[in-house]
Amino acid sequence: MTEAALLPLAVAVPLLGAALLAVAGRILPRTGCDILATGCAGAEVVCLVLLWTHNSGRLATADLGGWPARLGIVLAADPIGAGLALLVAVLVPVVVYSWRFFEEPTGEHAGAFPALILLFEAGMAGFALTGDLFNAFVFFELMGAAAYALTGYRIEDPRPLHGAITFGIVTSFAAYCSLLGIGLLYARTGELNLARLGQQLASHHTDLLTAGAFVLIATALLVKAAAVPFHFWLPDAHAVAPTPVCMLMSGAMVELGVYGIARIYWTVFSGPGGIPHQAFHTTFTALGLLTALLGALMCWQQRHLKRLLAFSTISHVGLFLIAVALLTPDGATGTAVYVAAHGLVKAALFALTGVLLDRYGSVDEHGLHGKARDLRTVGVLFVVGALALAGMPPFGTGLGKALSEDAAGRWQPWLPAVFVGASAVTGAAVLRAGLRIFWGAGPALRSRPDEDETTGEGEEPEIRSPQRTPPRAMTIVPAVLLGLAVLVGSLPAIAAALARGAAVFTDPAGYTAAVLTHPSTPPGPMPAGDWTATGVLLGLLSTSIAAALATAAVRKPSPTLPAHHPAARLVRALRRSHSGHLGDYLAWLALGVAALCIAIAAQT
Amino acid sequence: MGTWVFLAAGWVLLIALYGLVTSRNLIHAIGCLAVAQSSTYLLLLAVGYRREATAPVYSDLTPGTRPVVDPVVQALALTDVVVGATVTALLLALTIQLRKRHHTVDPQALIGLKG
Repeated sequence: MTEAALLPLAVAVPLLGAALLAVAGRILPRTGCDILATGCAGAEVVCLVLLWTHNSGRLATADLGGWPARLGIVLAADPIGAGLALLVAVLVPVVVYSWRFFEEPTGEHAGAFPALILLFEAGMAGFALTGDLFNAFVFFELMGAAAYALTGYRIEDPRPLHGAITFGIVTSFAAYCSLLGIGLLYARTGELNLARLGQQLASHHTDLLTAGAFVLIATALLVKAAAVPFHFWLPDAHAVAPTPVCMLMSGAMVELGVYGIARIYWTVFSGPGGIPHQAFHTTFTALGLLTALLGALMCWQQRHLKRLLAFSTISHVGLFLIAVALLTPDGATGTAVYVAAHGLVKAALFALTGVLLDRYGSVDEHGLHGKARDLRTVGVLFVVGALALAGMPPFGTGLGKALSEDAAGRWQPWLPAVFVGASAVTGAAVLRAGLRIFWGAGPALRSRPDEDETTGEGEEPEIRSPQRTPPRAMTIVPAVLLGLAVLVGSLPAIAAALARGAAVFTDPAGYTAAVLTHPSTPPGPMPAGDWTATGVLLGLLSTSIAAALATAAVRKPSPTLPAHHPAARLVRALRRSHSGHLGDYLAWLALGVAALCIAIAAQT
Repeated sequence: MGTWVFLAAGWVLLIALYGLVTSRNLIHAIGCLAVAQSSTYLLLLAVGYRREATAPVYSDLTPGTRPVVDPVVQALALTDVVVGATVTALLLALTIQLRKRHHTVDPQALIGLKG
């Protein structure tokens, strides 16, 4: 099949599957629905694998409805965009498969959940593959709406509803800001196609309108990417969403926000008349730094396992933002490898947390202390996942971290320290939880009823019949995901393909030419995608820091800082700011937009 | 018209934000979200507006005889309406469930998630 046929299929297959399931779910029994959904998800994987292998290092385009790019909507896939869609597609069958064991809420028909998952997948695939700004907004809202519904899927408990409503209102408000930005850009250029937008902007001067449009468009993407201070919805949504949904949200949806920022900056704003490279570079590095540090600090403070993993995602998003903001092909390569492997590892960790939730009805690190001693396999996998999160070679997370550190270190020699620190602390937090829960390490913890925190106790088990031994598939799935993460790090072909993709991704002239005139442009010089001795050493360093931190924390659990110490006060203030109140979150969002506007406008 | 419409769009967005930040009722908050969305309608339609022009419907109009307003932004606004309707309906449905099962629609009464 040609690319022109594969590209629309990649969006159409899950959409059709969702429609089919919504109808067939009324007639078919549960098993039939699950087979149908797994079939659709499998077809999507085949479609995207074909697309990914087909266009070795080029940009594949498809003009929808036969309209040329200057009039119609274009789908465009380079290895990075197609690779992200493939990551989504790999996670979806896992989710659909594991849903087999989960309990349906009463009053729902069997097709509802897989249909929503496929709709979510269609939104994400479309967002990754589109070459049109307004089309990107529509897909953004499609994946948003599906994600809100999935987050609030278990309506028996007030917390999922709370999390879903906050998530929905914050993200939708940001999406409308984005639409205002798209309107402003259209007023300036009369275009919506990314490539033509970039061309048209070149004939204008950069002014407040350009800066305002850029910040407004970036708002929705930063909310999706959960950059500080746009991140507040994410831990709340992750704490309450069904475990399979967390795997998709943390593994792929959040990363799509980072992808969207990079894609739109490179294709639209990177040329003359856009936002100067220096302004993007400084602003987004600062934003990434803040996100990485705050995410790591908050991650360390959590005892609710899902919130802990959610804050670790935030911290990693900060690292991705720093690497993307380098605006070099090397930085893009590092991010691509890191995102792919992080998505797999994070999905595996959420799946393992799901096992705990189903067996003990709790995801509380303190409450589960030593309870899961007999789940040895799960425990070993959990610890391996924690070490992978910390960047241990040969996991793909380690390779991605090494490549990003290398690229960042060439600009600022101290930046690799941030990468090592953030990945070590988040890895250590997960490792600490694993050691306490599965090995009962250290003394049991006293309860802290006066503390502002979410404990994670008293959760409803999600599977159909909570039993003594979890279904075997629930341990096989995370093992496979971790295996795939090793493959990303150790198969040179994958990193090389992503490096070629990064060369195409960071070449706006090539993108414009491919979308508008369809030549087969030769890719530029290829950035490196191999392990280096420094990379391996830094990976081992962050892993050993993580191990040391976790051991120290387990041995001596009570905080030694007096309550009035400035550091203790800072932590308390930060935790209070995550108040769960919708109004607070939107006030932070407004503050973030204002700060970004000032930062970008001051530098243009 | 001119800049005034753009300022009005900005103003509508800001009052919606104020409403959302201070809201004590989820129905009111979702209404505010719809107000925020109306600012996008204002801006989009203002972008395509032309003085003395008519609607871009050619069933009773020979192309080229009269200036018409930009149909692209109208299509965008229409898509935006559909997107907004979906999101509003979904959020309202979640709010109804919250009211039914937990007897509150005050976002500040929801304290299950913090820290």
